Amino acid sequence: MKAAVSVLFFVLVYEAIARTGWFAQALVPTLPMVAQTLWAMLIDGSMASHAVNTLYRVFAGLSLAASFGLLLGFLMARYRPVENFFLPLVSALMPIPSLAWAPVFILWFGLGNVATILIVFYAASFPMVINTWTGARAVNPLWLRAAGSMGAQGTAMFWKVVVPGASPFIITGLRLAFQRAWIAVVGAEMLAASAFGLGWVIFDAKEFLNADIMLASLAVIGAIGFVFERVVFGSLERSTVLRWGMVRTAKA
Amino acid sequence: MIEIRNVSLVYDTPDGKVHAVDDASFSAANEEFVCLVGPSGCGKTTLLNMIAGFFAPTAGEIRVGGQPVNGQGLDRGIVFQDFAQLFPWRTALGNVAFGLEMKGVGKAERERIALEQLRLVKLEKFAGAYPHHLSGGMQQRVAIARALAYNPGVLLMDEPFAALDAMTRDEMQRLLAEVWRETRKTVIYVTHNVAEAVYLADRVIVMTPHPGRIRAEVRVGLPRPRDPLSVEFLEHQKALLRHLSLKEEEK
Repeated sequence: MKAAVSVLFFVLVYEAIARTGWFAQALVPTLPMVAQTLWAMLIDGSMASHAVNTLYRVFAGLSLAASFGLLLGFLMARYRPVENFFLPLVSALMPIPSLAWAPVFILWFGLGNVATILIVFYAASFPMVINTWTGARAVNPLWLRAAGSMGAQGTAMFWKVVVPGASPFIITGLRLAFQRAWIAVVGAEMLAASAFGLGWVIFDAKEFLNADIMLASLAVIGAIGFVFERVVFGSLERSTVLRWGMVRTAKA
Repeated sequence: MIEIRNVSLVYDTPDGKVHAVDDASFSAANEEFVCLVGPSGCGKTTLLNMIAGFFAPTAGEIRVGGQPVNGQGLDRGIVFQDFAQLFPWRTALGNVAFGLEMKGVGKAERERIALEQLRLVKLEKFAGAYPHHLSGGMQQRVAIARALAYNPGVLLMDEPFAALDAMTRDEMQRLLAEVWRETRKTVIYVTHNVAEAVYLADRVIVMTPHPGRIRAEVRVGLPRPRDPLSVEFLEHQKALLRHLSLKEEEK
Protein backbone atom coordinates (compact mmCIF):
# COMPACT_ATOMS: atom_id res chain seq x y z
CA MET A 1 0.00 0.00 0.00
CA LYS A 2 2.75 2.45 0.98
CA ALA A 3 4.69 1.28 -2.06
CA ALA A 4 1.68 2.15 -4.25
CA VAL A 5 1.54 5.68 -2.82
CA SER A 6 5.17 6.45 -3.60
CA VAL A 7 4.87 5.02 -7.12
CA LEU A 8 1.66 6.95 -7.77
CA PHE A 9 3.25 10.22 -6.64
CA PHE A 10 6.19 9.72 -8.99
CA VAL A 11 3.86 8.89 -11.88
CA LEU A 12 1.73 12.01 -11.33
CA VAL A 13 4.77 14.29 -11.28
CA TYR A 14 5.93 12.83 -14.58
CA GLU A 15 2.49 13.21 -16.12
CA ALA A 16 2.28 16.84 -15.02
CA ILE A 17 5.64 17.59 -16.65
CA ALA A 18 4.68 15.76 -19.84
CA ARG A 19 1.46 17.81 -20.14
CA THR A 20 3.07 21.25 -19.69
CA GLY A 21 4.01 21.21 -23.35
CA TRP A 22 7.55 22.41 -22.59
CA PHE A 23 8.99 19.37 -24.31
CA ALA A 24 8.19 17.73 -27.64
CA GLN A 25 5.49 15.11 -27.23
CA ALA A 26 7.60 12.55 -29.12
CA LEU A 27 10.40 12.89 -26.55
CA VAL A 28 8.29 13.13 -23.41
CA PRO A 29 5.10 11.19 -24.19
CA THR A 30 2.20 11.31 -21.77
CA LEU A 31 1.41 8.23 -19.76
CA PRO A 32 -1.70 7.27 -21.73
CA MET A 33 0.50 7.19 -24.84
CA VAL A 34 3.06 5.01 -23.06
CA ALA A 35 0.30 2.80 -21.72
CA GLN A 36 -1.16 2.41 -25.20
CA THR A 37 2.19 1.39 -26.64
CA LEU A 38 2.75 -1.01 -23.73
CA TRP A 39 -0.68 -2.52 -24.25
CA ALA A 40 -0.06 -2.94 -27.98
CA MET A 41 3.29 -4.62 -27.32
CA LEU A 42 1.72 -6.89 -24.74
CA ILE A 43 -1.12 -7.85 -27.10
CA ASP A 44 1.05 -8.67 -30.08
CA GLY A 45 3.37 -10.69 -27.84
CA SER A 46 6.51 -8.74 -28.70
CA MET A 47 6.99 -7.52 -25.13
CA ALA A 48 6.63 -11.03 -23.80
CA SER A 49 9.19 -12.43 -26.20
CA HIS A 50 11.65 -9.66 -25.33
CA ALA A 51 11.08 -10.25 -21.63
CA VAL A 52 11.52 -14.01 -22.01
CA ASN A 53 14.81 -13.47 -23.83
CA THR A 54 16.03 -11.14 -21.12
CA LEU A 55 14.91 -13.48 -18.35
CA TYR A 56 16.61 -16.41 -20.06
CA ARG A 57 19.90 -14.50 -20.17
CA VAL A 58 19.58 -13.39 -16.57
CA PHE A 59 18.86 -16.84 -15.25
CA ALA A 60 21.51 -18.52 -17.37
CA GLY A 61 24.07 -16.02 -16.05
CA LEU A 62 22.70 -16.02 -12.53
CA SER A 63 22.60 -19.80 -12.12
CA LEU A 64 26.14 -20.09 -13.46
CA ALA A 65 27.22 -17.37 -11.04
CA ALA A 66 25.38 -18.96 -8.12
CA SER A 67 26.92 -22.40 -8.69
CA PHE A 68 30.35 -20.93 -9.24
CA GLY A 69 30.04 -18.53 -6.29
CA LEU A 70 28.82 -21.19 -3.86
CA LEU A 71 31.54 -23.61 -4.87
CA LEU A 72 34.37 -21.09 -4.74
CA GLY A 73 33.03 -19.38 -1.61
CA PHE A 74 32.86 -22.62 0.36
CA LEU A 75 36.25 -23.78 -0.91
CA MET A 76 37.79 -20.45 0.08
CA ALA A 77 36.28 -20.69 3.55
CA ARG A 78 37.43 -24.28 3.99
CA TYR A 79 40.94 -24.30 2.49
CA ARG A 80 43.45 -21.62 3.30
CA PRO A 81 45.48 -22.03 0.05
CA VAL A 82 42.32 -21.58 -2.04
CA GLU A 83 41.53 -18.43 -0.06
CA ASN A 84 45.08 -17.12 -0.46
CA PHE A 85 44.99 -17.75 -4.18
CA PHE A 86 41.54 -16.41 -5.05
CA LEU A 87 41.07 -13.52 -2.65
CA PRO A 88 43.50 -11.18 -4.45
CA LEU A 89 41.88 -12.14 -7.78
CA VAL A 90 38.44 -11.37 -6.42
CA SER A 91 39.65 -8.05 -5.02
CA ALA A 92 41.24 -7.09 -8.34
CA LEU A 93 38.36 -8.14 -10.60
CA MET A 94 35.42 -7.04 -8.46
CA PRO A 95 35.82 -3.26 -8.97
CA ILE A 96 35.74 -3.62 -12.78
CA PRO A 97 32.21 -2.84 -13.97
CA SER A 98 30.80 -5.86 -15.76
CA LEU A 99 29.80 -3.69 -18.75
CA ALA A 100 33.43 -2.70 -19.25
CA TRP A 101 33.96 -6.28 -20.33
CA ALA A 102 31.27 -6.03 -23.01
CA PRO A 103 33.57 -4.99 -25.87
CA VAL A 104 36.06 -7.69 -24.90
CA PHE A 105 33.43 -10.43 -24.75
CA ILE A 106 31.91 -9.23 -28.05
CA LEU A 107 35.34 -9.40 -29.62
CA TRP A 108 35.86 -12.93 -28.35
CA PHE A 109 32.38 -14.40 -28.67
CA GLY A 110 30.57 -12.13 -31.12
CA LEU A 111 27.21 -10.44 -30.59
CA GLY A 112 24.54 -12.58 -28.97
CA ASN A 113 23.70 -14.68 -25.98
CA VAL A 114 27.17 -15.90 -25.03
CA ALA A 115 28.59 -12.42 -24.53
CA THR A 116 25.45 -11.24 -22.74
CA ILE A 117 25.30 -14.21 -20.37
CA LEU A 118 29.00 -13.84 -19.60
CA ILE A 119 28.48 -10.21 -18.63
CA VAL A 120 25.61 -11.22 -16.35
CA PHE A 121 27.74 -13.99 -14.89
CA TYR A 122 30.54 -11.55 -14.20
CA ALA A 123 28.22 -9.09 -12.46
CA ALA A 124 26.50 -11.72 -10.32
CA SER A 125 29.50 -13.83 -9.31
CA PHE A 126 31.13 -11.50 -6.83
CA PRO A 127 28.28 -11.08 -4.36
CA MET A 128 27.82 -14.85 -4.42
CA VAL A 129 31.49 -15.60 -3.78
CA ILE A 130 31.93 -12.96 -1.09
CA ASN A 131 28.72 -13.78 0.75
CA THR A 132 29.20 -17.54 0.68
CA TRP A 133 32.76 -17.16 1.88
CA THR A 134 31.73 -14.78 4.66
CA GLY A 135 28.70 -16.90 5.58
CA ALA A 136 30.70 -20.10 5.88
CA ARG A 137 33.20 -18.37 8.16
CA ALA A 138 30.41 -16.89 10.26
CA VAL A 139 28.89 -20.29 11.10
CA ASN A 140 28.68 -20.51 14.91
CA PRO A 141 31.52 -22.76 16.14
CA LEU A 142 29.14 -24.15 18.77
CA TRP A 143 27.02 -25.69 16.01
CA LEU A 144 30.09 -27.38 14.61
CA ARG A 145 31.12 -28.68 18.04
CA ALA A 146 27.62 -29.87 18.88
CA ALA A 147 27.22 -31.54 15.48
CA GLY A 148 30.67 -33.07 15.76
CA SER A 149 29.88 -34.56 19.14
CA MET A 150 26.77 -36.10 17.55
CA GLY A 151 28.87 -37.82 14.91
CA ALA A 152 28.53 -35.36 12.02
CA GLN A 153 31.52 -35.03 9.76
CA GLY A 154 32.47 -34.52 6.12
CA THR A 155 29.53 -34.16 3.76
CA ALA A 156 26.87 -34.49 6.49
CA MET A 157 28.53 -31.68 8.44
CA PHE A 158 28.67 -29.58 5.29
CA TRP A 159 25.08 -30.04 4.08
CA LYS A 160 23.32 -30.20 7.44
CA VAL A 161 25.27 -27.62 9.42
CA VAL A 162 27.54 -25.38 7.34
CA VAL A 163 25.09 -24.70 4.50
CA PRO A 164 22.03 -23.89 6.65
CA GLY A 165 24.29 -22.06 9.10
CA ALA A 166 25.57 -19.84 6.29
CA SER A 167 22.14 -19.42 4.70
CA PRO A 168 21.39 -15.84 5.85
CA PHE A 169 24.52 -14.68 4.05
CA ILE A 170 23.90 -16.90 1.04
CA ILE A 171 20.34 -15.67 0.56
CA THR A 172 21.49 -12.06 0.81
CA GLY A 173 24.21 -12.90 -1.70
CA LEU A 174 21.63 -14.34 -4.07
CA ARG A 175 19.53 -11.24 -3.72
CA LEU A 176 22.44 -8.91 -4.45
CA ALA A 177 23.49 -11.15 -7.32
CA PHE A 178 20.04 -10.92 -8.87
CA GLN A 179 19.98 -7.14 -8.57
CA ARG A 180 23.37 -6.81 -10.19
CA ALA A 181 22.49 -9.38 -12.84
CA TRP A 182 19.27 -7.56 -13.69
CA ILE A 183 21.10 -4.26 -14.07
CA ALA A 184 23.88 -5.89 -16.09
CA VAL A 185 21.60 -7.75 -18.48
CA VAL A 186 19.84 -4.61 -19.70
CA GLY A 187 23.15 -2.88 -20.31
CA ALA A 188 24.64 -5.95 -21.92
CA GLU A 189 21.69 -6.29 -24.27
CA MET A 190 22.15 -2.71 -25.41
CA LEU A 191 25.71 -3.45 -26.39
CA ALA A 192 25.95 -7.13 -27.17
CA ALA A 193 22.53 -8.51 -28.07
CA SER A 194 21.13 -8.76 -31.54
CA ALA A 195 17.40 -8.36 -32.18
CA PHE A 196 15.86 -9.43 -28.85
CA GLY A 197 15.64 -8.45 -25.20
CA LEU A 198 14.29 -5.53 -23.16
CA GLY A 199 17.58 -3.68 -23.18
CA TRP A 200 17.89 -4.11 -26.91
CA VAL A 201 14.36 -2.74 -27.46
CA ILE A 202 15.25 0.46 -25.63
CA PHE A 203 18.47 0.90 -27.54
CA ASP A 204 16.79 0.11 -30.84
CA ALA A 205 13.91 2.54 -30.14
CA LYS A 206 16.45 5.34 -29.84
CA GLU A 207 17.11 5.07 -33.58
CA PHE A 208 13.50 5.97 -34.31
CA LEU A 209 12.91 8.45 -31.46
CA ASN A 210 10.31 6.07 -30.00
CA ALA A 211 10.34 7.38 -26.46
CA ASP A 212 7.02 5.64 -25.72
CA ILE A 213 8.58 2.25 -26.48
CA MET A 214 11.59 3.08 -24.30
CA LEU A 215 9.40 4.07 -21.37
CA ALA A 216 7.13 1.06 -21.83
CA SER A 217 10.17 -1.23 -21.72
CA LEU A 218 11.60 0.56 -18.72
CA ALA A 219 8.29 0.03 -16.91
CA VAL A 220 8.44 -3.70 -17.67
CA ILE A 221 12.07 -3.91 -16.52
CA GLY A 222 11.15 -2.17 -13.28
CA ALA A 223 8.08 -4.35 -12.76
CA ILE A 224 9.93 -7.65 -13.27
CA GLY A 225 12.75 -6.53 -11.00
CA PHE A 226 10.23 -5.50 -8.36
CA VAL A 227 8.39 -8.82 -8.51
CA PHE A 228 11.60 -10.82 -8.08
CA GLU A 229 12.90 -8.65 -5.29
CA ARG A 230 9.64 -8.61 -3.33
CA VAL A 231 7.92 -11.84 -4.23
CA VAL A 232 10.64 -14.35 -5.04
CA PHE A 233 13.40 -13.31 -2.67
CA GLY A 234 10.96 -12.00 -0.09
CA SER A 235 9.20 -15.34 0.17
CA LEU A 236 12.48 -17.27 0.05
CA GLU A 237 13.58 -15.26 3.08
CA ARG A 238 10.26 -15.65 4.89
CA SER A 239 10.25 -19.42 4.42
CA THR A 240 13.84 -19.86 5.65
CA VAL A 241 16.00 -17.49 7.64
CA LEU A 242 13.15 -15.30 8.91
CA ARG A 243 11.17 -18.35 9.98
CA TRP A 244 14.21 -19.72 11.76
CA GLY A 245 14.84 -16.42 13.54
CA MET A 246 18.32 -16.20 12.03
CA VAL A 247 17.54 -12.68 10.77
CA ARG A 248 14.94 -10.30 12.09
CA THR A 249 12.54 -7.88 10.48
CA ALA A 250 13.03 -4.23 11.33
CA LYS A 251 10.79 -2.84 14.03
CA ALA A 252 8.06 -0.43 12.98
CA MET B 1 33.77 -45.03 33.68
CA ILE B 2 35.87 -41.94 33.07
CA GLU B 3 39.53 -41.78 34.08
CA ILE B 4 41.62 -38.64 34.05
CA ARG B 5 45.27 -39.41 34.74
CA ASN B 6 47.86 -36.68 35.33
CA VAL B 7 46.31 -34.46 32.69
CA SER B 8 47.93 -31.12 31.95
CA LEU B 9 47.28 -28.49 29.35
CA VAL B 10 49.99 -25.93 28.82
CA TYR B 11 49.98 -23.31 26.13
CA ASP B 12 52.42 -20.63 25.16
CA THR B 13 51.56 -16.95 25.30
CA PRO B 14 53.78 -13.90 24.73
CA ASP B 15 54.06 -13.69 28.55
CA GLY B 16 55.27 -17.26 28.91
CA LYS B 17 53.66 -20.62 29.51
CA VAL B 18 50.16 -20.78 30.95
CA HIS B 19 49.17 -23.88 32.90
CA ALA B 20 45.45 -24.00 32.17
CA VAL B 21 45.26 -27.45 33.75
CA ASP B 22 48.09 -28.77 35.90
CA ASP B 23 48.41 -32.47 36.66
CA ALA B 24 44.73 -33.22 37.20
CA SER B 25 43.63 -36.73 38.14
CA PHE B 26 40.20 -38.01 39.05
CA SER B 27 37.71 -40.57 37.90
CA ALA B 28 33.97 -40.95 37.62
CA ALA B 29 32.28 -44.31 38.09
CA ASN B 30 29.44 -45.46 35.87
CA GLU B 31 26.20 -43.63 36.64
CA GLU B 32 28.03 -41.20 38.89
CA PHE B 33 27.25 -37.49 38.88
CA VAL B 34 30.49 -35.53 39.26
CA CYS B 35 30.66 -31.75 39.49
CA LEU B 36 33.76 -29.71 38.70
CA VAL B 37 33.57 -26.52 40.75
CA GLY B 38 35.84 -23.53 40.75
CA PRO B 39 36.17 -19.84 39.88
CA SER B 40 36.76 -18.75 36.31
CA GLY B 41 40.23 -19.57 35.07
CA CYS B 42 40.55 -22.74 37.16
CA GLY B 43 40.58 -24.93 34.07
CA LYS B 44 37.28 -26.73 34.66
CA THR B 45 35.86 -26.00 31.23
CA THR B 46 39.20 -26.76 29.60
CA LEU B 47 39.21 -30.11 31.35
CA LEU B 48 35.65 -30.81 30.16
CA ASN B 49 36.56 -29.85 26.60
CA MET B 50 39.43 -32.32 26.67
CA ILE B 51 37.10 -35.07 27.88
CA ALA B 52 34.77 -34.09 25.03
CA GLY B 53 37.73 -34.48 22.68
CA PHE B 54 37.72 -30.94 21.27
CA PHE B 55 41.46 -30.83 21.89
CA ALA B 56 44.07 -33.10 23.44
CA PRO B 57 45.96 -32.60 26.72
CA THR B 58 49.65 -31.74 26.43
CA ALA B 59 50.39 -34.45 29.02
CA GLY B 60 48.50 -37.26 30.70
CA GLU B 61 45.71 -39.53 29.60
CA ILE B 62 41.91 -39.47 29.44
CA ARG B 63 39.93 -42.69 29.11
CA VAL B 64 36.20 -43.07 28.66
CA GLY B 65 34.83 -46.58 29.03
CA GLY B 66 38.38 -47.93 29.02
CA GLN B 67 39.14 -46.37 25.63
CA PRO B 68 41.59 -43.47 25.31
CA VAL B 69 39.80 -40.35 24.08
CA ASN B 70 40.71 -39.47 20.54
CA GLY B 71 38.55 -36.64 19.25
CA GLN B 72 34.79 -36.39 19.54
CA GLY B 73 32.67 -39.50 19.82
CA LEU B 74 29.10 -40.71 20.14
CA ASP B 75 29.88 -42.16 23.58
CA ARG B 76 29.74 -38.61 25.01
CA GLY B 77 26.86 -36.14 24.75
CA ILE B 78 27.57 -32.48 25.42
CA VAL B 79 25.52 -29.49 26.56
CA PHE B 80 26.99 -25.98 26.46
CA GLN B 81 26.12 -22.85 28.37
CA ASP B 82 25.19 -20.79 25.30
CA PHE B 83 21.54 -21.06 24.16
CA ALA B 84 22.80 -20.58 20.59
CA GLN B 85 24.05 -24.17 20.60
CA LEU B 86 20.74 -25.35 19.08
CA PHE B 87 20.43 -25.34 15.29
CA PRO B 88 18.04 -22.45 14.58
CA TRP B 89 16.96 -23.99 11.25
CA ARG B 90 15.65 -27.13 12.93
CA THR B 91 12.60 -27.51 15.13
CA ALA B 92 13.03 -28.80 18.69
CA LEU B 93 12.28 -32.27 17.36
CA GLY B 94 14.70 -31.85 14.45
CA ASN B 95 17.44 -30.76 16.85
CA VAL B 96 16.92 -33.74 19.13
CA ALA B 97 16.82 -36.13 16.17
CA PHE B 98 20.11 -34.85 14.73
CA GLY B 99 22.41 -37.38 16.39
CA LEU B 100 20.15 -40.28 15.41
CA GLU B 101 20.08 -38.98 11.86
CA MET B 102 23.88 -39.01 11.82
CA LYS B 103 23.76 -42.57 13.09
CA GLY B 104 21.56 -43.52 10.14
CA VAL B 105 18.38 -44.24 12.12
CA GLY B 106 15.24 -44.11 9.91
CA LYS B 107 12.99 -41.03 9.98
CA ALA B 108 9.97 -42.53 11.77
CA GLU B 109 12.12 -44.26 14.37
CA ARG B 110 14.30 -41.25 15.14
CA GLU B 111 11.28 -38.98 15.48
CA ARG B 112 9.70 -41.44 17.88
CA ILE B 113 12.87 -41.51 20.02
CA ALA B 114 13.29 -37.73 19.79
CA LEU B 115 9.73 -37.20 20.99
CA GLU B 116 10.39 -39.55 23.89
CA GLN B 117 13.44 -37.47 24.85
CA LEU B 118 11.42 -34.27 24.62
CA ARG B 119 8.84 -35.84 26.92
CA LEU B 120 11.65 -36.55 29.39
CA VAL B 121 12.41 -32.82 29.58
CA LYS B 122 8.67 -31.98 29.47
CA LEU B 123 8.74 -30.30 26.09
CA GLU B 124 6.78 -32.73 23.92
CA LYS B 125 4.20 -30.00 23.25
CA PHE B 126 6.92 -27.86 21.66
CA ALA B 127 8.31 -30.50 19.30
CA GLY B 128 7.42 -28.41 16.25
CA ALA B 129 8.69 -25.08 17.58
CA TYR B 130 11.85 -23.43 16.30
CA PRO B 131 14.44 -22.55 18.97
CA HIS B 132 13.93 -18.79 18.67
CA HIS B 133 10.36 -19.24 19.85
CA LEU B 134 11.50 -21.02 23.03
CA SER B 135 12.66 -19.40 26.26
CA GLY B 136 16.27 -19.82 27.42
CA GLY B 137 15.32 -22.54 29.87
CA MET B 138 13.36 -24.42 27.24
CA GLN B 139 16.24 -24.17 24.78
CA GLN B 140 18.58 -25.68 27.35
CA ARG B 141 16.12 -28.50 27.94
CA VAL B 142 16.06 -29.21 24.21
CA ALA B 143 19.87 -29.22 24.28
CA ILE B 144 19.81 -31.81 27.09
CA ALA B 145 17.30 -33.97 25.20
CA ARG B 146 19.48 -33.64 22.10
CA ALA B 147 22.58 -34.80 23.95
CA LEU B 148 20.71 -37.79 25.39
CA ALA B 149 18.82 -38.85 22.26
CA TYR B 150 21.52 -41.02 20.69
CA ASN B 151 22.08 -42.66 24.05
CA PRO B 152 25.68 -41.84 24.96
CA GLY B 153 26.96 -43.34 28.21
CA VAL B 154 28.39 -40.02 29.33
CA LEU B 155 26.83 -36.58 29.54
CA LEU B 156 29.20 -33.60 29.66
CA MET B 157 27.66 -30.32 30.78
CA ASP B 158 29.40 -26.96 30.72
CA GLU B 159 27.50 -24.56 33.02
CA PRO B 160 24.25 -25.26 31.18
CA PHE B 161 22.12 -23.13 33.53
CA ALA B 162 24.55 -20.28 34.24
CA ALA B 163 22.83 -17.90 31.82
CA LEU B 164 19.35 -18.47 33.28
CA ASP B 165 17.55 -16.41 35.91
CA ALA B 166 17.66 -17.84 39.45
CA MET B 167 14.10 -19.15 39.47
CA THR B 168 14.39 -20.96 36.16
CA ARG B 169 17.76 -22.31 37.29
CA ASP B 170 16.24 -23.93 40.39
CA GLU B 171 13.56 -25.49 38.23
CA MET B 172 16.12 -26.76 35.75
CA GLN B 173 18.25 -28.29 38.50
CA ARG B 174 15.24 -30.22 39.78
CA LEU B 175 14.46 -31.37 36.25
CA LEU B 176 18.04 -32.44 35.60
CA ALA B 177 18.15 -34.41 38.86
CA GLU B 178 15.00 -36.18 37.70
CA VAL B 179 16.32 -36.83 34.19
CA TRP B 180 19.53 -38.20 35.65
CA ARG B 181 17.62 -40.52 38.01
CA GLU B 182 15.71 -41.90 35.02
CA THR B 183 18.54 -42.17 32.51
CA ARG B 184 21.46 -43.01 34.82
CA LYS B 185 24.17 -41.44 32.72
CA THR B 186 27.65 -40.76 33.96
CA VAL B 187 27.65 -36.96 34.22
CA ILE B 188 30.54 -34.51 34.38
CA TYR B 189 29.02 -31.15 35.22
CA VAL B 190 31.01 -27.92 35.27
CA THR B 191 29.77 -25.03 37.41
CA HIS B 192 31.01 -22.12 39.50
CA ASN B 193 27.90 -22.33 41.67
CA VAL B 194 28.61 -24.23 44.90
CA ALA B 195 24.95 -24.73 45.85
CA GLU B 196 24.24 -26.16 42.42
CA ALA B 197 27.08 -28.64 42.85
CA VAL B 198 25.83 -29.80 46.24
CA TYR B 199 22.31 -30.12 44.90
CA LEU B 200 23.27 -32.26 41.90
CA ALA B 201 26.48 -34.17 42.55
CA ASP B 202 27.49 -37.46 44.11
CA ARG B 203 30.97 -36.06 44.26
CA VAL B 204 32.37 -32.56 43.84
CA ILE B 205 35.87 -31.87 42.52
CA VAL B 206 37.10 -28.48 43.65
CA MET B 207 39.50 -26.66 41.35
CA THR B 208 41.52 -23.47 41.87
CA PRO B 209 43.25 -21.26 39.28
CA HIS B 210 46.83 -20.23 38.43
CA PRO B 211 47.68 -22.94 37.73
CA GLY B 212 44.43 -24.85 37.24
CA ARG B 213 44.64 -27.56 39.87
CA ILE B 214 42.38 -30.00 41.65
CA ARG B 215 42.28 -28.82 45.24
CA ALA B 216 39.90 -31.26 46.91
CA GLU B 217 37.26 -33.91 46.42
CA VAL B 218 34.08 -33.80 48.48
CA ARG B 219 31.57 -36.62 48.53
CA VAL B 220 27.96 -35.52 48.87
CA GLY B 221 26.17 -38.43 50.49
CA LEU B 222 22.84 -36.67 51.04
CA PRO B 223 19.67 -38.52 50.00
CA ARG B 224 17.74 -37.23 47.00
CA PRO B 225 15.74 -35.14 46.41
CA ARG B 226 17.89 -32.73 48.37
CA ASP B 227 16.68 -29.84 50.42
CA PRO B 228 18.88 -26.77 49.82
CA LEU B 229 17.76 -25.31 53.15
CA SER B 230 18.67 -28.30 55.32
CA VAL B 231 21.56 -28.06 57.75
CA GLU B 232 23.48 -30.90 56.08
CA PHE B 233 23.17 -29.21 52.70
CA LEU B 234 24.53 -25.94 54.04
CA GLU B 235 27.37 -27.74 55.80
CA HIS B 236 28.45 -29.30 52.50
CA GLN B 237 28.28 -25.92 50.89
CA LYS B 238 30.44 -24.45 53.65
CA ALA B 239 33.00 -27.23 53.26
CA LEU B 240 33.30 -26.53 49.54
CA LEU B 241 33.63 -22.80 50.08
CA ARG B 242 36.37 -23.44 52.63
CA HIS B 243 38.35 -25.45 50.06
CA LEU B 244 37.84 -22.70 47.49
CA SER B 245 39.09 -19.94 49.79
CA LEU B 246 42.02 -21.94 51.21
CA LYS B 247 44.05 -20.99 48.20
CA GLU B 248 43.61 -17.30 48.95
CA GLU B 249 44.75 -17.71 52.56
CA GLU B 250 47.95 -19.45 51.46
CA LYS B 251 48.89 -16.31 49.58
